[in-house]
Amino acid sequence: MFPFCTDPSALQGLAWLSCYLTTGSHMLFYASFGTVLALLAVTAPVALLFGFGGAMAARSRLAPLRWFGRIYTAMVRGVPDIIFFLFVPIALDQGFEWLRSRVYCDPSVPVRQGNEFIVCAAAKLPLSTSPEWVHQLYGIFLAVVAFSVVFGAFAANVLHGAMAAVPRAQLETAEAYGMSPRQVNRRILIPQMWTYALPGLANLWMILIKATPLLFVLGIEDIVYWARELGSAKTSAYAYRHPDWRLYYFLAILVFYLLMTWGSERIFDRLRARLSAGQATAAGEAMRKAAT
Amino acid sequence: MNQCLQTLQDYGLRAIGMGERLLPRSGFSLCEQMTLIGSGLIWNLYFGALAVFFGFFLANALAVAKASRNPLLRKPAEWFVFLFRGSPLFIQFFLAYEMLVQLPRAGIEVLGITVQTHWMTRAWAGALLVLVLNTAAYSAEIFHGALRNLPKGELEAADAYGMAGWTRYRRVVWPTAMRLAWPAYTNEAIFLFHATTLVFFSGFPAFQQRGDSLYYANYFADKTFNPFVAYPIVAGYFILLTLGLIALFGVVNRRLNRHLPGAAKKIRYRPNLVR
Amino acid sequence: MKKLMLAAAALVLTTGMGMAQTVRIATEGAYPPYNLVNEQGQLAGFEVDLGNALCKRAELQCTWVKNDWDSIIPNLVSSNYDAIMAAMSINEERKKAIAFTQDYLPPAPSSYVALDEGADLEGGIIAVQTGTVQAAHVAGTKATMLEYPNIDQVFAAVRNGEADAAFGDHEVMRPFVEDSNDLVFVGEQVRLDEGIGIGLRQSDADLRDKLNAAIDSMKQDGSLNALIKQHFGEDAQTYE
Repeated sequence: MFPFCTDPSALQGLAWLSCYLTTGSHMLFYASFGTVLALLAVTAPVALLFGFGGAMAARSRLAPLRWFGRIYTAMVRGVPDIIFFLFVPIALDQGFEWLRSRVYCDPSVPVRQGNEFIVCAAAKLPLSTSPEWVHQLYGIFLAVVAFSVVFGAFAANVLHGAMAAVPRAQLETAEAYGMSPRQVNRRILIPQMWTYALPGLANLWMILIKATPLLFVLGIEDIVYWARELGSAKTSAYAYRHPDWRLYYFLAILVFYLLMTWGSERIFDRLRARLSAGQATAAGEAMRKAAT
Repeated sequence: MNQCLQTLQDYGLRAIGMGERLLPRSGFSLCEQMTLIGSGLIWNLYFGALAVFFGFFLANALAVAKASRNPLLRKPAEWFVFLFRGSPLFIQFFLAYEMLVQLPRAGIEVLGITVQTHWMTRAWAGALLVLVLNTAAYSAEIFHGALRNLPKGELEAADAYGMAGWTRYRRVVWPTAMRLAWPAYTNEAIFLFHATTLVFFSGFPAFQQRGDSLYYANYFADKTFNPFVAYPIVAGYFILLTLGLIALFGVVNRRLNRHLPGAAKKIRYRPNLVR
Repeated sequence: MKKLMLAAAALVLTTGMGMAQTVRIATEGAYPPYNLVNEQGQLAGFEVDLGNALCKRAELQCTWVKNDWDSIIPNLVSSNYDAIMAAMSINEERKKAIAFTQDYLPPAPSSYVALDEGADLEGGIIAVQTGTVQAAHVAGTKATMLEYPNIDQVFAAVRNGEADAAFGDHEVMRPFVEDSNDLVFVGEQVRLDEGIGIGLRQSDADLRDKLNAAIDSMKQDGSLNALIKQHFGEDAQTYE
C-alpha cells in the first residue's frame, strides 16, 4: 500500500501497523463489511415481499392457499433459524441441479450414486468453467434466499398481526362505500397497517442484523470469516507475524454491530413518530393534542 | 427393533459421555440418527433451563436497576442491556471463548486462595454464562417495559394501604409486572432454547464429541452428504420442545392471572415482537 | 412479475457450456505451510504451487476454491468442486468416501506438543483438529479427545490448560513451536498415514489417471522434490 511497505520484516511499531492494516487481505476484510451491508439491503425487501405474500395467503379465502400461509408463518416458531440456514441452501442447490440434470443430462442416470450427488457437467450450477466470482455470487444468492425464507416467515407473522389490528370499522366503512375487497385491501388495509406493523418490523430488522454472522456458517467470506482468518496466529510462513489476535478482531466486529443496531434504533424512532401522525392510536392522539 | 433398542442403549446418553465411545461411522440408520440427535437434546435442555433460571433473577435485578432514579444503578444496567441486545449472540460466544481462553492457566490468586479458571472455557460453564447474560439482558428489557406499564391505580392502592419499599415491591409491583410481562417472556424463553443450538457452532469446542442436537445433526449431514434426514429430525425435536415450553409457561400464566376471571388468555407465541 | 420469474428461471436453467476441462480444486487456506491465505488475500503455499504445476502438466484449467476443513469432503462429494488438495492424508476411512491419487508428499510424522515434558499422553486430554487422521487416532486410544475446528484453537487449549497436549501434523506444528517460548514437542512421533494425496470423487477415474500421470512425471524429473524443499526446508523428507 505505502511505498515503505516493501520489506515487512524491517518495519517497526506504527509503520509496521500501518502496513499490516493495509495489506490486500485486510482490504478484503474491509470489503466484507460491504458484503454484509449488501446482503441486508437485498434481504430486507425480499423478506418483506415474502412476508407480505405469506400474510395475504394466510388471509386468503382459498383454503389451500390459507393453509400454506398458516404453515409458512408457523414454521419459524418451532424451529431454530440456524437449522433453516444449514438446510435451505443445500436443499436448494441440490434441487436446482436435479432440475437441470433432468433437462441437460441423460435422465436414466440417477443423481445419487452411493453417497455421491452427481449431475453431468452441463447441469452443474454454476458451471465449473465459470469464473470464481460467479460461484461466490451464487453462494450469496443461496444465502439471500435462505435468509428471505426465514425472515419472510417472521415478517408474515408481523404483517398478519398488523392487518388484524386495523380497526374493523374502517374496513366496514370502505365496504359500505361500495369498494370491492381488492380496493379495500389496497386503499384502506395496507396503508393503515404500517403503523401497527412498524414495531414488529423494526424488531425484525434488528434480528436480521444480528443474524448476519451466520453467513459464515453458509461458507460465505464475511466479516467473521476474515476476522478469524486474519486474527489467527501468523507463524514464520507469513510476512507479518503476530500471535493470536482474534480477540481484537472480534471486538472490532462487536463495535460494528453495536453501531448498526444503535443507528437503526435512532432511525426507527423518527419513523415511528412520522407514521403515528393522524392515526387512531394513543401515540397519534398525543401528537394531535400536542399540535393544537 | 432389537437392534434399535441396542442403539438406544449405546447412544441414548452419548451426549453426556455415557455408552458407546465412538460415534457411528458407517450405515447411519434412521434409528441411530434419531437416538444421537435426541441425546444431544439433553444439552439444549441443560443450557436452556439453567439459563432461563439464572437469567430470570438477574433480569429482575437489572430491570429494577434500569427503572431506578439513581444514575449509578441505571447507567450500568442500561449499558449492559445495550451491549447484549445490540450484538449478535454468535459474536458473543466467539468473544467470550477468546476472552476465557486468556485467563491465566494457573488460576487467579484471590486473598491467598488460588481460584481455578480453566473450567470456564468448557461449554457447560462458559457458554452457559453467555446465555445467562444474554437472556438476562433481553428479559430485563421486557420486565423494564412491564414496570413502566404498571397500572397507576394499583400503585395508588398500595400507597393507600400504607405499603412502601420492599413490601410494596413484593406484594404489588413485582406480581403485576410479571403478569404483564409473561407473554413476552414466554417468547424470550423459547428463543433462548432455540439459541442454544449455536453453542457448538461458534467458538466452544465439543468435549469428546459430546455436543448438542445440532452438533450431531451436522455430523450426520456431513457424513451421509444428505441434509434431508438429519435436519428435519432436529426440527421435529424442537417443535416438540417448543410446544412443551408453551404448555409449561401457560400453566404459570394461568397461575399469575388466577384472580382475574377470564383474563388468563392463551399465550400466543409471537416471536417477532420479542427480539 | 411473471417476466421476472421467467428470467430468473432462465438464469437458473441456462448459462453456457464451456468445454476445456476445468478442474476446481479446494483447499483450506489455514494450514501453513501446506496452504494459506497470504498478505495479498490470495491462496498460497506448497499445495497451491504444486497444484498449478500439476495442472500445467496435465493440461487442465485449474481454479482454486477456499473451503472450511470440516465440510471439505461433503462439498467434494456433492460436486461443489472436483478435487481436494488440503494436506489430506490418505487413509482407509477416507478411502470409503472418496478416491485418492498417489501421494504427492511422503508419509508425514505426527507429533505431540505440550507445555512440559511430563504431559500424560496415554490417559490425558489431547487436543486435535476435527476430522484429521490425528483425531481418528486419538479417538482409538485411551486418551480423552478434545476437538477444535482449527489449529489455533488447538494450541490455545494447550496453553490454557484445557488440554494436556496437542496432537497434529509435525510440519504444521513446527513453526508454532519454534516461534513460541513455551511449547515443546513431547513423546514419540507417530506415523499414521500413507502420505498425502489429492482427494477426488470415486466416479472421476479419468481425472485421477491424468493427475497420477502428472505426479509421476514430477517425481521423476525431481521438480516435486525441489518444491518440497522450497516450502518445508532442506531437511524435509523427499522422494528417492
